[in-house]
Order: sequence, then structure tokens, then C-alpha cells
Amino acid sequence: MAERKLRIMVAKPGLDGHDRGARILARHFRDSGFEVIYTGCHQTPEQIAASAIQEDVDVVGLSCLSGAHRYLFPKVVELLKEKGADDITVIGGGIIPEQDFQMLYDAGIKAIFTPGSTLEAIARWVRENVTQGS
Amino acid sequence: MQRVLSCFMSRDMKKADKIRKGDIRSATRLIRDIEDNVPGAKSTMKHLFPFTGKARVLGLTGAPGAGKSTLIDALISRYRAGEKTIGALLVDPTSPFTGGAILGDRIRLQRHAEDPDVFIRSLATRGALGGLSKAAGDAIHVLDAMGKDIVFVETVGTGQQEVEVMNHVHTVLVVLVPGMGDDVQALKAGILEIADIFVINKADRDGTGKLYTEISNMLDMVQAFPGGWRPPIVNVGSVFQPALFREHVEQLSQAIDGHYEHLVKNDLLGDRIRRQTLVELNEALRSCILAPILEKLVKEGEIERMVDKLLKKESDPYTCAEEIANKYLR
Repeated sequence: MAERKLRIMVAKPGLDGHDRGARILARHFRDSGFEVIYTGCHQTPEQIAASAIQEDVDVVGLSCLSGAHRYLFPKVVELLKEKGADDITVIGGGIIPEQDFQMLYDAGIKAIFTPGSTLEAIARWVRENVTQGS
Repeated sequence: MQRVLSCFMSRDMKKADKIRKGDIRSATRLIRDIEDNVPGAKSTMKHLFPFTGKARVLGLTGAPGAGKSTLIDALISRYRAGEKTIGALLVDPTSPFTGGAILGDRIRLQRHAEDPDVFIRSLATRGALGGLSKAAGDAIHVLDAMGKDIVFVETVGTGQQEVEVMNHVHTVLVVLVPGMGDDVQALKAGILEIADIFVINKADRDGTGKLYTEISNMLDMVQAFPGGWRPPIVNVGSVFQPALFREHVEQLSQAIDGHYEHLVKNDLLGDRIRRQTLVELNEALRSCILAPILEKLVKEGEIERMVDKLLKKESDPYTCAEEIANKYLR
């Protein structure tokens, strides 16, 4: 059996059109050998959760620069759980103040990456913490 | 009673049963198992196979950026208005260097993401050269067995030679855009020959009339169309003029339905399905007979030894292949 390929979705929830970072990250994930589903900007949490399930991804990476992460990130986790897909790891990044970290961890976000995180570190986290096709 | 019966069902049968009832997680995982060559995936497929053959399968192919995904998006809306259930498989290329892929066709279809009757799945080519992925054929079967009325298959952005899609769908749409080369291109073999319908997309642009004439002239030179179907050419204008765009998509869907009716009325659907089935059988034979032999040769280092021999000109590829055939196939 060939090795399982890691599938990851990069999504931008909410009204935030700044996707340069998300695109660069998607490209880096591609170069790391992952299959990357990129859904573009202005996604509702409902669209993201439904797409993640249809695409059978191992990880959803949410990028938010607008400040709405306190609502949007937990909502994605909640919707996945509702649909019995809480085995999908959700991570997030963007402009996220440190005082929000704990609240997001408590809501089920497994890792948070803010400006200064290297591409390599993010891909490494994914590789070390996610089991393909679990 | 149901519960008693389910005791006698194997794990694969249960999986197949869930997929037939429309369970998305089971279906998408089975597709992934096929992509990843997980042992056992084939045996679930065996249980699904009897329930395939009901969906109408439409293939869209054409150059990168021609507008295939956007057309699928519009056609999904059109067929959803008629309450058809939809499956869509979107193929994007795998990097030959890293094995990674960006699967980005979905962006254009996200307004259907929450519709429970639309199931969209992206596939990476994983080295397949025909414009699809190796798992595409089985993935179509999975969506078909789920009970989807219409299954769309979008190839990677294609050039001239990627004609694999014709072996898996009932209707092939070749999507062209104006302004891509002179009229000799239209004479060439390959992708232009497999079209059941030509779409000239972005038909608000310069060069649309010229492209229309070129395709039309090319079709005029055909002595006899297989099955008597002359592929229509449908112009589809800019998506940014919504009213006109919708009208064009309606014309396109009528052409699609017209082609299907033609296949049914003239008893041609059977021929297509027979051709598809033959291709599938060929693939199954290859993966069942050839693949294990190749794997064994690699594992035992025999392949490398043969390559060494060839490099030293101590043998030739034909003799090597005959020796292997004599060893394993007699």
C-alpha cells in the first residue's frame, strides 16, 4: 500500500479578503507534499465545515486577519462536531492577540500561528501532530 | 429485522450500504482509500458495482483557465432548479517533484457547498497523464452508487492529447476560449475529436467569431459523424453579464440534454457504456496482473539488475520483458 497522502484545507472564514498569507501557506503545503484544497475568501463556517467533510481532509487551516476569529474559529469546530467529524484537526492563524489563545484552545483549535511563524514550522506541526486518514 | 440482517453483512458490505444511502463521509473516504491504494477498497467497490450505471456522467475538458469550473457551477444551479441531485469530481495536477497539489477548482463552486444534494470532491492526478486521476473511474462509480442523478467530471487543464475523459462519461464538453492559436490547431487530432459539444467560453471576447468558424469548418470536413451526431457549438458569454450568461447556460444545458436523448434514442448509450466497461476491465486486469509482478520485480531488485544489463548492452528491453513473461505468465 502506498503511503497515505495528507489532505489539508486552507480556508478564509468571514469578511476578510486578505489571502496573500493563506495562498503562500497553501503553496508551502503543496511543496511539502500535501494535497491542499483551497476554498478562497469570504467563506461561512458552514461552507468550510461542509467542504472539509466532502473533501475528507485531515486538517482545516483557518486564516483570519479581520478580528472575527473569536466567533468564526470555534464555530467551524462546533459544526464539524455536530456532523460527527470532530476527528478533523482545526488550526488557525492570522492577526490573533495572545489573550485570545486560551479561549480558542478551549474551543478546540489545536494550534495557532501568528505573524513571525515560519512556513516550515507550520508544516512541521501538521506533519507531527496529524495522522493521515485517521 | 434490519438489525438481524446486518449481522450477516461483512464490513465492506456495510460500508457499501452506507454509501448507497448517501453517507458523504463513507463515500469520500472510500474515494480516498482508492486513491491511496488501501487494501479492502476494491472489495467495497465490488459491492457497489451492481448499483452503478444510473447516473448521467458529463465530462468537461479544456485548457487551464478556460472556465470549466465556472461552467460546472452554473450547470449545477441549472440542474438543481430541476431538483436533480449532483456529484462533481474536480481534477487538478499533482506536482511531479513533491507529490503535493493545490486543488483549487472548488473555489468556483462554493455556493453549493452547503446544499446536501450536491457532493463535490477534488482529486489530484497523482501522476496520471490522461487528464484524470487513476481513481477517477471508481470515484464516478461511488457517486453513481450514492444515487446522484448527474455526475460532473472536470479534467485538469488540458492541451491536445488528454482524452481519457471520453472513456468515463456519456457526454464530453470541450471548453475553448477565443485567441489561442491559428486555424491549423483545429485540424489536429486529439482533444478536438472527442467533443460531443463544443463550448466557446468567454464569448464576449475578440476572436469568438473566428474560433466559431474554425470549429465549424473543421466539422464540415468530417465525412460521417459517429452515431450521426454533429457536435453543436455553444457560445457562452461573460459571467459578469448575468442575465445573458444564464441564457447561454440554458442553451448549453439544452445541448447537453439533446445529446443524451440522441444517445438513448439511437441506441448509442449501450455502445458508450460497453467501451467504458472494456477500458475498466483493461485497467483492472493491468492492476491485478501486471502491478503485482512489477512490485515483485522492484522488491527483489530484479528491475535494477535488468536496467544494469541494458546499460551495459548485455540485453535489450524486449528480451528482458519476454523473460519475465515466460517466468510469470506461462
